[in-house]
Amino acid sequence: MSNVLERVTKIIVDRLGVDESKVTPEATFKEDLGADSLDVVELVMELEDEFGLQFSDEDSEKIVTVGDAVSYIESKL
Amino acid sequence: MTLAGKTALVTGASRGIGKEIALELARNGANIVVNYAGNTQLAEQVADEIRSIGRESIAIQADVANSEAVEQMVKETVNMFGTLDILVNNAGITRDQLLMRMKESDWDDVLNTNLKSVFLTTKAVSRQMMKQRKGRIINISSIVGVSGNAGQANYVAAKAGIIGLTKTAAKELAPRNITVNAVAPGFITTDMTDKLPEDVKQELYKQIPLARLGEPKDIAYVVAFLASEKSSYITGQTIHVNGGMYM
Ligand SMILES: NC(=O)c1ccc[n+]([C@@H]2O[C@H](COP(=O)([O-])OP(=O)(O)OC[C@H]3O[C@@H](n4cnc5c(N)ncnc54)[C@H](OP(=O)(O)O)[C@@H]3O)[C@@H](O)[C@H]2O)c1
Repeated sequence: MSNVLERVTKIIVDRLGVDESKVTPEATFKEDLGADSLDVVELVMELEDEFGLQFSDEDSEKIVTVGDAVSYIESKL
Repeated sequence: MTLAGKTALVTGASRGIGKEIALELARNGANIVVNYAGNTQLAEQVADEIRSIGRESIAIQADVANSEAVEQMVKETVNMFGTLDILVNNAGITRDQLLMRMKESDWDDVLNTNLKSVFLTTKAVSRQMMKQRKGRIINISSIVGVSGNAGQANYVAAKAGIIGLTKTAAKELAPRNITVNAVAPGFITTDMTDKLPEDVKQELYKQIPLARLGEPKDIAYVVAFLASEKSSYITGQTIHVNGGMYM
């Protein structure tokens, strides 16, 4: 479980250049982590590659917080 | 060579303008995916010609109006070449008819092949180009997409649609260093215009200040420029190449 969070956190830190302490499950990508829409699309692409998953367009629209991404990935693994 | 080591995917490259674009990009150093709809022999000849000038090339049959076929083609391209730097949306068809006589299927076929295709390919390649933080997308529109043309409601709507799509994709992809431009040819000598009767051609010359039809290379040179680093500050534009027929 925490493994997914760790891997997701690392990708977010790399991609958005934010401090790791800010990447909490409640943090929203857009407001808290300063991602724009393109950043979110790219993050989803990287998460897909990292976990070997396909996020459907409808599902990725619902991902707002770091926790959303983690639970989505966990539900698919 | 301005495009050395780059990979270009050119749709509808088995003949006409697309073939010349594929060859010109290859002469500038790019490796080429030659997409086509049905003319396997012609497409393989183009790929052979590209290999004979020392570049890599494969011909891929794919209906550009079919999302699965497009995604598969883009996947194959990236697997084979490792990158995808340049996309040229050139494939196109005509089903000319006066509005009152145009069949719904004529409308759908032309809109799907000429416009929906550009959406599908752009969506499919942007993932790779965003990762690369670099890319060039060049869409072939037409003079009639801005001037209108009796007998071509479907074609004109698609070609005008390409211009709007080009501007929007340019805005969305600019932050990732991907430029998107359109080229609007006037009348160019290809299979598409060979169908025109001689008297229609004579009438046409009168409307073209440079008094001749264009040649596929007139378009290919502009595409090669837009594909190069030299055009890096141009995006969302429509470049007209028409002998002055429309200004
Ligand atoms: N010629 C002109 O005067 C003129 C003027 C303005 C704009 N344009 C535009 O320039 C582009 C090229 O025109 P052209 O005159 O060179 O046309 P063309 O000689 O008729 O060639 C059309 C090309 O598109 C391919 N194609 C058609 N439907 C396709 C599909 N569903 N999927 C994949 N490929 C498909 C064909 O492949 P196959 O060989 O396998 O059929 C062929 O390679 C078009 O977008 C056209 O609208 C042309």
